[in-house]
Amino acid sequence: MATFQPYDTPADKAWYYIFRIICGLIFFFLIFPIIVIMPLSFNAGNYFTFTPEMLRLEIEGYSLKHYRDFLTNPDWQVALFNSFRIAPVATLLSVGFGTLAAIGLSQSHVPFRRTIMAILISPMIVPLILSAAGMYFFYSRIGLQGTYIGVVLAHAALGIPFVIITVTATLTGFDRSLTRASASLGAGPVKTFFKIQMPLILPGVISGGLFAFITSFDEVVVVLFVGSASLKTLPWEMFNGLREQISPTILAIATILITLSVLLLSTIEILRRRSERLRGISPA
Amino acid sequence: MVDVSTFAGGTPLHRKVQRSLRLQKLRALGLIAPLLIFIMISFVIPIGDMLFRSVENQLVSEVLPRTTSYLEAETIDDHWEPPNNLFWHLYVDLAIASEVKTHTRVGSRLNYEKTGISSLFRKSGRSIKRFGADEYQKAITKVYPELVSVESWENFLSENNQGELRITQAAFDFWKESLIENDKFSEKTKPSDFLFVVLANDIISGNTPLAKELLPIVTDLPQIKFKEQFLAIDEDWADPSIWRTIQLYSPNFTNGYYLNSVDLKKGADGPEIRPENERLYLLIFSRTLFMSVTITLVCFLLGYPIAYFLANLPFKQANLFLILVLLPFWTSLLVRTSAWKVLLQNEGVVNDILVAVGIISNLERLELINNQTGTIIAMSHILLPFMILPLFSVMKTIHPSYVRAAKSLGATPWTAFRRIYFPQSIPGIGAGSILVFILSIGYYITPELVGGTTGTFISNRIAYHISSSLNWGLGAALGSMLLAVVLALYWVYDRMVGIDNVKLG
Repeated sequence: MATFQPYDTPADKAWYYIFRIICGLIFFFLIFPIIVIMPLSFNAGNYFTFTPEMLRLEIEGYSLKHYRDFLTNPDWQVALFNSFRIAPVATLLSVGFGTLAAIGLSQSHVPFRRTIMAILISPMIVPLILSAAGMYFFYSRIGLQGTYIGVVLAHAALGIPFVIITVTATLTGFDRSLTRASASLGAGPVKTFFKIQMPLILPGVISGGLFAFITSFDEVVVVLFVGSASLKTLPWEMFNGLREQISPTILAIATILITLSVLLLSTIEILRRRSERLRGISPA
Repeated sequence: MVDVSTFAGGTPLHRKVQRSLRLQKLRALGLIAPLLIFIMISFVIPIGDMLFRSVENQLVSEVLPRTTSYLEAETIDDHWEPPNNLFWHLYVDLAIASEVKTHTRVGSRLNYEKTGISSLFRKSGRSIKRFGADEYQKAITKVYPELVSVESWENFLSENNQGELRITQAAFDFWKESLIENDKFSEKTKPSDFLFVVLANDIISGNTPLAKELLPIVTDLPQIKFKEQFLAIDEDWADPSIWRTIQLYSPNFTNGYYLNSVDLKKGADGPEIRPENERLYLLIFSRTLFMSVTITLVCFLLGYPIAYFLANLPFKQANLFLILVLLPFWTSLLVRTSAWKVLLQNEGVVNDILVAVGIISNLERLELINNQTGTIIAMSHILLPFMILPLFSVMKTIHPSYVRAAKSLGATPWTAFRRIYFPQSIPGIGAGSILVFILSIGYYITPELVGGTTGTFISNRIAYHISSSLNWGLGAALGSMLLAVVLALYWVYDRMVGIDNVKLG
């Protein structure tokens, strides 16, 4: 609750509330579109707005039919299957290569560190349509266009910047005397890595992996160009659905995906707190 | 671990330090190398490939080698008339090309520069077989009955070589190579009938002894008038501008695609401005720029108060409110876009609410989607977290005592904010704005889905050229220009903020 000082003028007090209202409106703008989709997905009709029955909170106005459609329609099921076939493998590649490189980059003497970093982060910055176009041209030349491996490689490249960023962030606070202590007690570099370094940077690795997973799971531009009809992913089907005739099934999928992102967000938040506690950085 | 003897032995300390440093560097690079190679192959080289396609132009000279090299020396003005000899070269080139179907590719390539060439090439490729080649074939095989297989042609040409049937030899070789290259050559392949025309023509025009000897075979035949034949297929073959287009696009590399992307075209003497009705790209570029600036501005106006609010809350509460920012950030892009598509429809929730509240009547529902408004609203929402997060992380570091000091020295809250707080938050504004601008200028999905025709970006045009019009060169040139802008801003961002300082929530 607001605590005002005796010297605060009425204008100060008014501004305090006005400012809060403005912020409230902006938060509303941020959250409203995401929240509003959820009840709409239980619409009994094929409408994209609240029917009078829904507004009167009558049970007839609501139904699970769009969820049923998602779960029974073979097109959506194939897409879901493809998404789960591509994203985890791409994530594994990003995390594997990315973690190694992040450890390399955090060493004290790395030549061309800045340039290397800029190259590794670039897939996040270069517009997706350009990455997609370039990969389409080049992968066609080497016979990867339209193949599962092609899509996985492309998605792994897109996920790498996130792994690099999160893992280097955990490594910046890393206390080097821990590895030295381990070495002085007789552990080899490999043992030191798995017993000392790995547990400490694990939260960063996992959250980087989650970012990479989401990137692949949510990616549509590259898969449109590098993929083929048999590799349609969930976002591909959603994109097509939105472009042609939008069906309320998309709202059901959207609701499921929102739930998924809430779960992921909570996981990352928990990991971040754990990492800060482990590394001894107290919350400011 | 330290071996005292080597110390005593006199290896200087600085050399030891150097060696250990070098080892350390090598180890670091060894850890980075796999990823660097991976990114190079899966990402950097593909982008380079795209850049290369924006200047690459081998097709025309590869498929029409004789025609293009003949045209090289010509100066083509509006009164220029194509000489007879040129049509002879065109005949040989097109006859080979139509056999492997590459003439249609050149046709559509040149059609990007001058409409109508594609159909001209298609038509000519189809009709070229009817130039009376079979009569020549009949006459020649009467004298040389063995000339029905590829092998015997090879033997015949090598026996009569000595430069006398030079053109026939070259045409034959090129014909065979083209077939092999396009996987059309097999043991059953028969020599194409146009080769007999070439042979006959070589005989007629040649002054060599062999030619004179062979001359009687073909003199009785009606001479093929190539120019008349081509003009009979289409009058356009007399049009100098067709030939100028072929000439301008003969070199292996071209700046034509780049000129195209800024509404210019190649003319006889340097770049020319396109006629009004063909100009398109400068408009799309300026529209992309305008919308990106607007989106960045909207994000700043909405993001600044939120970041300020979050930065001045106690840690626990700030974390709670931060979730409201991070949730949209974490939600699937397509989910957010479909949400806006649903909300902004004519019969959508926003219009319904406005009607229910009575701000607008049912008949004047607002056009909120499939135009620029739709793109700007949806993209501002999608990119807002990218503004709030950098602003928030900068504002957290601004100590409240500065503002307090200003106030205690008599500044009003507004002056204290304007003179003390705001200047300190500028690094955050810069970081957030560049990030939002970079991301919005290359956006594809959202404008494609909610932008209609007026709310699309340059990326949508690039996608159109790559997947629909198949004018890859132009798509690549537009892409390279977009890439140059993005990389320049990326460099600024790296200088200003440092890319490793990007915060991901």
